[in-house]
Amino acid sequence: MFVIVVGGGKVGYYLTKELIASGHEVALMEKDRRRAELIKDEIGSVVIAQDGCEGKYLHEAGANRAEIVAAVTGDDEDNLVICQMAKHHFDVPRTIARVNNPKNERLFRHLGVDEIISPTRMILGSIEQDIPVHELLHLAALGVGELEIIEAHLQPGSPAIGKIALDIPVPAGCSMFGVIRDGTPTPLNSDTVLAEGDKVIAIGRPDCEEDLRLQLIGEHEEA
Amino acid sequence: MKAVIVGCGRVGAGLADELDRAGWQVLILDLTPAAFDRLPSTFGGTALRGDGTDEDTLRRAGAEDADLFLALTEGDNRNVMAAQLGVEELGARKTVAKINDPVRAEAYAHLGIATLCRTNLMSAAVLGFTGQAVPEHPGIYPPQQPHEHPIDGAGTGTVPAVPAAGGPSTREV
Repeated sequence: MFVIVVGGGKVGYYLTKELIASGHEVALMEKDRRRAELIKDEIGSVVIAQDGCEGKYLHEAGANRAEIVAAVTGDDEDNLVICQMAKHHFDVPRTIARVNNPKNERLFRHLGVDEIISPTRMILGSIEQDIPVHELLHLAALGVGELEIIEAHLQPGSPAIGKIALDIPVPAGCSMFGVIRDGTPTPLNSDTVLAEGDKVIAIGRPDCEEDLRLQLIGEHEEA
Repeated sequence: MKAVIVGCGRVGAGLADELDRAGWQVLILDLTPAAFDRLPSTFGGTALRGDGTDEDTLRRAGAEDADLFLALTEGDNRNVMAAQLGVEELGARKTVAKINDPVRAEAYAHLGIATLCRTNLMSAAVLGFTGQAVPEHPGIYPPQQPHEHPIDGAGTGTVPAVPAAGGPSTREV
């Protein structure tokens, strides 16, 4: 497979090395000449010392025949432009962007970037699973991130306590499908009444989160 | 009428002043507070230090529902991103992004953003001054279609290919 990697920082460098090791054809674009030379000394002529945001140089790198363009520079705006140019100007079938500001994920997806990798979101997810927080936990992202599985731990003060689970108005595009009580998972029945300490598992689009939070966790304390 | 301007360089500051004097409600952002020295002391709008490519910052600054959203920083890609945030997330009615790379300027016009290209603007001015033929779009490329985002449609095949702009050619499928 022919992959163009744009951005020769740590991520781009190791990504390129791994791809070459697994037998893929790679072109790595890094606009900083000194950095490009350094990498070239190590991994050879696949390095192109040009700016991958410029259509001209993407073309020279072979974007016309690339199957994947991975934009992994440290700047979100550069990664967006690289993916959009690859997609719309060169018809690259699959574009991948690294995103630092998790808030940009939605915009990038909306603008046609195929896959979005957010190290910030990943680390955040990992931390949230380790410490008890009175918030929603993201358990997993499904597909290209359109859906996520969320856990809500019902604390004292939650408006959901004492209610029949299926009577709670959940936002469209979201569905509660189970509850973990005393470590035992059970599906929601028409007579399941939620209690303090329950962990409610739901699946939904990221934009349902705010409504779901209101129903299951309640208002923000600082608000 | 409300205008949001990202980037308080000479052009940004100049336009902020013009629009302010014409009675617009003007909000201008820049990362460097010193940039606001370019605004005249009579400027009656809001000048805020902040990153105009950050959605939270823009919302906190009240950049929603602008009649005009101008992305005029020194970075082409920052402008592209700010402008698309303006259109997609903040409901801006008219957006112009400054993009000095002519290839990118034309490509984004095809994606539905009006783009302003200093490179083309200046060469067209010189050509015109010396009596030679001036290109069709000497400065602003008008948007060629409503702002497109293919993922909302059925697939990625709905976006028309961008014609070559002197540099790279589009892929022949």
